[in-house]
Amino acid sequence: MNPSQVAEEASRLAAGATSLAEQARAFASRAAEATGGISGGAIDPFLFLLAIFMLACFVGYYVVWNVTPALHSPLMAVTNAVSSVIIVGALLAAGLQGAGFASAMGFLAVVLASVNIFGGFIVTQRMLQMFKKKQK
Amino acid sequence: MSANFAALFYLVASVCFILALRGLSSPETSRQGNMFGIAGMAIAILATLLTPGMSNYWLILLGVAIGGGAGAFIALKINMTALPQLVAAFHSLVGLAAVFVAAAALYAPQAFGIGLPGHIKPASLVEMSLGLAIGAITFSGSVIAFAKLQGIMSGAPLIFPQQHKLNLALGILLLVLIALFVTTESYVLFWLIAFLAFALGFLLIVPIGGADMPVVVSMLNSYSGWAAAGIGFTIGNLLLIVTGALVGASGAILSYIMCKGMNRSIFNVLLGGFGTEGGAAAAGGGAKDRTVKAGSADDAAFIMKNAGKVIVVPGYGMAVAQAQHALREMADTLKKEGVQVSYAIHPVAGRMPGHMNVLLAEANVPYDEVFELEEINHEFSTADVVYVIGANDVTNPAAKTDRTSAIYGMPILEVDKAKTVLFVKRSMASGYAGVENELFFRTNTMMLFGDAKKMTEEIVQALQH
Repeated sequence: MNPSQVAEEASRLAAGATSLAEQARAFASRAAEATGGISGGAIDPFLFLLAIFMLACFVGYYVVWNVTPALHSPLMAVTNAVSSVIIVGALLAAGLQGAGFASAMGFLAVVLASVNIFGGFIVTQRMLQMFKKKQK
Repeated sequence: MSANFAALFYLVASVCFILALRGLSSPETSRQGNMFGIAGMAIAILATLLTPGMSNYWLILLGVAIGGGAGAFIALKINMTALPQLVAAFHSLVGLAAVFVAAAALYAPQAFGIGLPGHIKPASLVEMSLGLAIGAITFSGSVIAFAKLQGIMSGAPLIFPQQHKLNLALGILLLVLIALFVTTESYVLFWLIAFLAFALGFLLIVPIGGADMPVVVSMLNSYSGWAAAGIGFTIGNLLLIVTGALVGASGAILSYIMCKGMNRSIFNVLLGGFGTEGGAAAAGGGAKDRTVKAGSADDAAFIMKNAGKVIVVPGYGMAVAQAQHALREMADTLKKEGVQVSYAIHPVAGRMPGHMNVLLAEANVPYDEVFELEEINHEFSTADVVYVIGANDVTNPAAKTDRTSAIYGMPILEVDKAKTVLFVKRSMASGYAGVENELFFRTNTMMLFGDAKKMTEEIVQALQH
């Protein structure tokens, strides 16, 4: 793969990091020039995903430490609901035409994730309603 | 919608999810946070449905309707005391969904742009098998946690010889299978990994006792996040990766807080078997030759009526007896008498993090009367009465004084500093840790033997006379 192709793919996968990807392309072509055309300076798109992952871990770390202990139960319920975003993968599989078994797997995953999405958000909302300021 | 557009929407959804967690920093902003969470999920689903090449819309709608209907029904009907098992059950579904999505990615990689069947990129195969294994462990582990919390299965730790060696061997075997799978892309190996990971999840949770479930539930919460992140890497989806990292971090932090609340390492909890050895002997040994002062509801009512400041310490026993409403009624009656009432919550009280707070909130206890351990511990020395309802180990002064005790070093609520301690308990049995509580034998302690709810109701009646 040539560097610009790789960089293009990276920017597609990580729209949030498009500017980074462009820099990478610039770096890659510069590196390619420097090494006399050997395409060794390209950055694997995986590294962009990994960078996003690591940064998200830090965001999660700081955000969750700020959650008040009284709301730790709603925190668990809502993270549970949110992690059902795995439904995105399930939808892609279920929506594939003529994929037989894979679509069936996708469909099952859609059902399971939907239970969680609806159940998780509703039960969180129920809990949070109880934490409304009480009139004394 | 082009792939770039979809990715942009996924980014917006990621930000929504971060804001959803951010909202939980205070009760006032929390409901708005939840709305962000719902909006993020809706954006993510719509963006996916508008991806080019999507079809089978009716089938998808049916799936969402079935799952969503069931989820909504359960969430609306569930009793707040049963929250821990509900959350455990929900975790298991995320785990199983991850397994199914991994399977779909293996059988139809073209749907996710990671190659053609039989020619999937090795890196994707690594990520797929990690997502699969973590998902499967989350599933079976959560099923066991659910069964223990629901009482379908005994909460006692299930120990057998060579247990940890077996788990270690299975873990190594799992890694070997993953390595083989990555090189061969064999369907058989894929399902073998799934099966082995199911077994491992089961074996890992079985030896852990009921009262350690707050740690287990938090840990499985974390796993479900890592599973989602693994699937995110497999299909190159940034939203799944971000969300997985957020959830993974959240669960890990909660596990840490729970472990710290018990002064135990995560390994100590995970290896299990806590509270089984010597517990019965220790409990039986001292109780015979020592006397305790037992009192009636009338005595308790009299003492509390004449107090200036009462602190209530609820524990799992309150949840079991569903005594939170009676408790709030008692507090209201006391407040009418001019008594100041507040609540002290230990980090590991109940069966999941924050469980007591939710139950008290359900009973309409204002959240500004409820305090965490660090906030209220210095108040006990000025309290006239502490009303301990369904808690035991978290008040045991042996955690500070007795180096040989199983709970030595655990942070406790220093109820022993109050003028009078009232213990509502069904019997003299020791708590989960199997350690006798010397507080029971002190002269300023009065034991109120009986069901937590019934006893509290009787006190309310006595107060109103």
